[in-house]
Amino acid sequence: MNFVLGITPWPVLSALFWIVLVVGALYLARPTAHRAIRATAGSLHNSLKLASRAVAQAEANLAQRNREVLLAAGREAKERIVEREFDRVNDSVRKDLANYAALHRSLSGAIDRIEKDHQDAVEVPPDPPGWVKAVEAVAKIDSREGRVGISDVLGDIHKSLVKAHEEALAAYREASARRHALLHRMQPEWRRVRQALGHVQKSVDSLLERSVAIDRHMQEYEDIVRGHDRAISVLSSSSLVYFFVSALVLAVAVGGATINFSLIARPMAEMVGGTNLIGGFRTADIAALVIIMVEISMGLFLMESLRITRLFPVIGALPDKIRVRMVWITFTILFLLASVEAGLAYMREVLLQDELATNALLRGEAEGATLAGEYLWITTAAQMGMGFILPFALTFVAIPLETFVHSLRTVLGLAGIALLRCTSLLFRVFGNVFRWVGLLAEQLYDLPLFIPLWLEARIGVAQAKGSARLGRVGT
Amino acid sequence: MRTGRRAAATAALVLVLAACSPAERKDNTGVYMLLDTSGTYANELEKAEHIIRHTLSRLDASDSFAVARIDTGSFSEKDIVAKTSFDDRPSTMNRQKRLFAQQVSDFVRNAQSSPYTDITGGVLQAVEFLNEKGTRRKTILIFSDLKEDLQEGYVRDIELDLDGFDVIALNVTKLRSDNVDPREYLGRLADWQTRVEKSGGRWRVINDLDNLEGLL
Repeated sequence: MNFVLGITPWPVLSALFWIVLVVGALYLARPTAHRAIRATAGSLHNSLKLASRAVAQAEANLAQRNREVLLAAGREAKERIVEREFDRVNDSVRKDLANYAALHRSLSGAIDRIEKDHQDAVEVPPDPPGWVKAVEAVAKIDSREGRVGISDVLGDIHKSLVKAHEEALAAYREASARRHALLHRMQPEWRRVRQALGHVQKSVDSLLERSVAIDRHMQEYEDIVRGHDRAISVLSSSSLVYFFVSALVLAVAVGGATINFSLIARPMAEMVGGTNLIGGFRTADIAALVIIMVEISMGLFLMESLRITRLFPVIGALPDKIRVRMVWITFTILFLLASVEAGLAYMREVLLQDELATNALLRGEAEGATLAGEYLWITTAAQMGMGFILPFALTFVAIPLETFVHSLRTVLGLAGIALLRCTSLLFRVFGNVFRWVGLLAEQLYDLPLFIPLWLEARIGVAQAKGSARLGRVGT
Repeated sequence: MRTGRRAAATAALVLVLAACSPAERKDNTGVYMLLDTSGTYANELEKAEHIIRHTLSRLDASDSFAVARIDTGSFSEKDIVAKTSFDDRPSTMNRQKRLFAQQVSDFVRNAQSSPYTDITGGVLQAVEFLNEKGTRRKTILIFSDLKEDLQEGYVRDIELDLDGFDVIALNVTKLRSDNVDPREYLGRLADWQTRVEKSGGRWRVINDLDNLEGLL
């Protein structure tokens, strides 16, 4: 500093000298400096713009891939649903059609019986009374011939008439009673027919409902196949929902597995030792963890073999006979492991009581160190029950796990898209910032050069005026 | 080329197996407790039993524990009252603890007073025992008034190697003469502290037996 201000005896003069020198140098270097600033800012702007475009392109590619993944997943899910619906329809139709012949026979038989009974129940017109002919005969007798003894004839007629009437009445009553009996017998047949028809109605309604559901699913399937935006939106939101729900269920399952682990880790020390280490972890802990992992794996294979999940296409594609064998094998292994766990849980309780007794003894509370308690069996039974049930409960982890794995792809894709979009935006913003910073730097460069620039402008104006004057003189 | 690949595969397999092979726990503890049975101090042994039970409750699988008495010549395995290295199976370990407690209890009930006090010999025996066990942490508990009284002819002016050892004096009672001249008591403590720290060990004194939480 002293050197700078000491080049003349007067510091102010020295400072002025330096200012003039620097300003002069800056003025002379101005065009070059401006070009350098513009080039730097421009290159940064263009680079970031290029990067932004590249990231945007990557985002578009990822979005396309995510779209394809979503559509594929949605298509597969819909195919499964439709397939299942068709299976149900198939079952229903097979069941109903299998019974159709019997139903038809039953209905035909019932109708025949009703028809026969109906025919039998038709009212038979009573025979014309015999006295009509007698009356006709009496009417034809000449009055002269028949005067004698007519009252006797009429009396006989009266008797015959009364008798015939009584007989006809009795016959009519008997016939009516028989008809009523026949009609009464038809009643259960009608009910049977109505029940059969009701069953048919129910089956048909069920089939109609299924067909409506299949129609709806097929419509959605077509939307997915055609790649409609609405289908993508629905699948995307469903995927997010599935992801969070399955993550929640998996968290619960992890809690269950942790409880399971604590149930068997302590007694495992009795089997493999409590101080051996593998890779810095206790062998007993690793053994307990391996048992739980094997149980979960068996659960996965069981679910796969039952075709509830489809994580391993190889298992799903196995012939039914082998698949059923696999179901039994995995179930047996699971059952054995569950039994082992129940035993270990019992062992845990025994060890715990032993340890409590030893500690009590060491504390000098020997009388309190009783192994058996009145309610000890409750905790022991509870632990054994948990040890047995938890492996089977963990089997069902396969279902949320499958959903989690499938939805994870989409969720990761969506997260990647969001990240790439933000990166692209940032690149674009920073590119523009650099462009404006370049302009600002040019202006800031010119700021200390305001005197030479002002002089330059004045000279320029004067030269322009001089040129104009010369031009006018020339003309 | 093929031989090289096979060798590399074998080496990788050996490395993986070595990484997975079980190893013993390395943070185990070894405790050697010396019980002073000389003179009137033999009456304090019930307190020692309390400390031993507390120590037993704190020790875990693969730890080692030994209790030995201090008598006329303590540099001897015969003075060890009870010793054990705990099994890594919990049930066996509990059995060992109960048996150990029983042995100590029997000893306390039938302990005979000794005419001399060879603390240095006991410490030498403790060092030998714990070094042999190879535990990571080594602790020597001295339940004594720290008044060494050697029989004529016994040489105990020996350099101790207590590097990595914790030496804890417990229940250092004041003798009648200490009451007359407390400098004797303080001098005894200072002498032992100097001796232990010079030998590379760490020295502590615990006289409050109701608060043994920081013992191990």
